[in-house]
Amino acid sequence: MDRQLEVELARRLLAGEAQAFDRFVEHFRAKIFHYSWLMCGQREDAEEVAQETLMKTFENFRQLQDPERVRPWLFRIAKNVCLTKRRRSIFAPTPAQELSLDALMPSRDSRAGSLKIEIADWSHLPEDLVLKTEMMNELQAAIRTLPEIYRSVILLRDMEQLSTTETAHILDVSDDVVKTRLHRARLAIRKHLDGRLRNSVKEMAL
Amino acid sequence: MKASEPSEQCKEVFAALSEYLDLELSPASCEELEAHLKGCPPCIEFVESLRKSIDLCRGYSPTESPQPLSDNARHELQEAYLRMLQARENP
Repeated sequence: MDRQLEVELARRLLAGEAQAFDRFVEHFRAKIFHYSWLMCGQREDAEEVAQETLMKTFENFRQLQDPERVRPWLFRIAKNVCLTKRRRSIFAPTPAQELSLDALMPSRDSRAGSLKIEIADWSHLPEDLVLKTEMMNELQAAIRTLPEIYRSVILLRDMEQLSTTETAHILDVSDDVVKTRLHRARLAIRKHLDGRLRNSVKEMAL
Repeated sequence: MKASEPSEQCKEVFAALSEYLDLELSPASCEELEAHLKGCPPCIEFVESLRKSIDLCRGYSPTESPQPLSDNARHELQEAYLRMLQARENP
């Protein structure tokens, strides 16, 4: 569902059209579940976060001044619910861990005079691989290994396709911090997938 | 044997790639970056791998779904919604 449809559903709910209720709940419940599942690590927690977020959403729905902002508004609630839940669980937030840009740069080929870098051959990655479960599982694994300050940014910016400013508002950081974290998160994911691609090439060669 | 180091320019390009791919670089910086790319095959190769990796993230489809919503949970949510509507009509 694109953002315009979400806005339309929010508008209808605010206007008292109860028919929009089930569609709104089903759609955002799945979205919040996926976000918290990758943030919290536990299915049960993610289901509870989704329910609690929707409860708070409806309790405070009148405060949503602009239905255009329904997605970032809801994710801000979800982020807070998720954080409260994680503070009480074994997946408690850990001290911020920084990713270094240098460590994410690919190495150069060690042969003298070579200009090549040591990365997998991505040119053969078929476009429809996006749909393959194996690749999605790999991507999920890559996201889970990210330190959480990077994980939340990539989930909101690239998966939920929220803007830099919306993400900054949800996470209570500046736009520049979002940009820096997004870049490093993307590089780390690229590096993780690169390693997997290289291993699969090796496996195929055996 | 130690791997040869990327140039300072490669490092600058590397640091700006997300902004470049998100079309957030200033026209001047964009021009400078593209001029470097033209003469640097390793950087081109890297940009392409990053672009594909970002496309994968954007096309991510979760492999897990939540359990179906129970009648109780749905009822709770509906009550909260109706309370909100009532409170708005009778502040």
